[in-house]
Amino acid sequence: MLTIDGIDKIYPNGTHALGGVSLAVEQGEILAIVGGSGCGKSTLLRLAAGLDTPTRGTIAVDGTIIDRPHPAVGIVFQEPRLLPWLSVADNIGFGLADVPKAERRDRVERVLARIGLADYGTRWPRELSGGQAQRVAIARALVTQPKVLLLDEPFSALDAFTRASLQDALLALWDAQKPTLVIVTHDVDEAIVLGDRVVVMEPHPGRIFSTIGVDLPRPRDRLSDAFVAAQRRVLRALDGSLGAPESDRKRAEADAGAAMWW
Amino acid sequence: MTATLDTDTAVSSVPVRADEVRRRRGFSLFGLAIGLAVPLALALLWEAAVRLGLAPGRLMPPPSRIALTLYDLAVGGSLLMHVTATTARVAAGFALGVVAGTLFGALAGYSGTMRQLLDPTLQGLRAVPSIAWVPLFILWLGIFEESKIALIAVGVFFPVYLGVLGAILSVDRKIVEVGRVYRLSGPAMVRRILLPAILPEFIIAVRSGLGLGWMFVVAAEFMGASEGLGFLLVDGQQLGKPDQIIASILIFAVLGKLSDAILVAASAPLLRWQDGFAARR
Repeated sequence: MLTIDGIDKIYPNGTHALGGVSLAVEQGEILAIVGGSGCGKSTLLRLAAGLDTPTRGTIAVDGTIIDRPHPAVGIVFQEPRLLPWLSVADNIGFGLADVPKAERRDRVERVLARIGLADYGTRWPRELSGGQAQRVAIARALVTQPKVLLLDEPFSALDAFTRASLQDALLALWDAQKPTLVIVTHDVDEAIVLGDRVVVMEPHPGRIFSTIGVDLPRPRDRLSDAFVAAQRRVLRALDGSLGAPESDRKRAEADAGAAMWW
Repeated sequence: MTATLDTDTAVSSVPVRADEVRRRRGFSLFGLAIGLAVPLALALLWEAAVRLGLAPGRLMPPPSRIALTLYDLAVGGSLLMHVTATTARVAAGFALGVVAGTLFGALAGYSGTMRQLLDPTLQGLRAVPSIAWVPLFILWLGIFEESKIALIAVGVFFPVYLGVLGAILSVDRKIVEVGRVYRLSGPAMVRRILLPAILPEFIIAVRSGLGLGWMFVVAAEFMGASEGLGFLLVDGQQLGKPDQIIASILIFAVLGKLSDAILVAASAPLLRWQDGFAARR
């Protein structure tokens, strides 16, 4: 279980990126985070990955405090960030340096097959399309079998078709390993396709505006009434989170509402 | 599931066709011919000018006389000795300079503290004209090989140090973060992320270091040597043999170009991953 407890993040330049964020994500749950720009979504993920330290509060995975990168937490960035001097297979195996060679090759091959790139192990990253490269990045993060996988707008640079196919690929990988997924996105559809819950954040400082449960069976039909209804709820919450004049009042309500969630 | 997974796997690299390979090889032969056109034309003009009495041949010996001098040196056996002596000095100084430059460059690039500690001193030393070290090196190391190799090493050190330092500082922060996510220790970060990332710039730095190595070997051999191409130059000047001077200069050109080509060829397999302007020419 990923526990985020009373997190504040104030950068040295005075930017108040996060103000009192608390969240608990169950093992195997998929949590989607949406919100306007500047509401601290990416900051929250960087803190959870141990790449930054919070000014106040703690982040823990199954009771272990995360204050630096930890093997239980993997992260996929907006860009694939593959190492261009390593083959695709070596990129995926990058985090498995301590694993015996034969087992490493085995695990890399298995995950390559699962992302539909079985024959691509010996290619260079430059030979991959954007969607393929991002699949490899997801495979690299999951091959070490983290308990929590964080994804920071992983599909935002891709076209709609590729994005849908990668969402399916991600769900397939998740289904095989059942890690906790936390995915930051600015695509409401994506949040509802993937998430068990959708957290809507508001800016200045970044905090949770409301949380919307998405109780739909997978695979989810984007055209079903229930899907559209969930979409509408998230969009309404997003509207509210950005409505600056009333935001204080709404936040009070949202806090009351959020309190019922945990 | 696989059907949906495969939608974006179709686009990818095009294999290189055989006729294209042939065309490329033809291109390089053609390139060699083009590269030789200017020096050959100049040599012919020069030869003709001397033969026709348009230019004095004594101080500007025609190519035919230079070729003869080279031939005599080669047959006499001393050419090989001079070339070997000079090449050995360059090789030793180059190796020392590259190792030291890489080490200090990596240290100063990786650690901010080390950079603050070392860089000002090294930049100050870099500002000293390297030839200024000659008297000191002779006092310290004697007039034989050690002082010559030390001078060449100093010449090679700075471009390599600067190249490595600058390249490490400009490595993409995002790539370094990947190393952090996988909890690489300092040395592992240098070995698995930083050094491979700077390899292209490193090779360029090493190449300019090699060029300076050839430059400094002449200075080193000017300060007293009984063998080597620098000795041939001084000897040619003192005995009034311009053909010997020009022959030595030509040998320097060939050796410099050859050693650089070897370096490029040796590093090419390490850079196959590059996706640059020249990569797919």
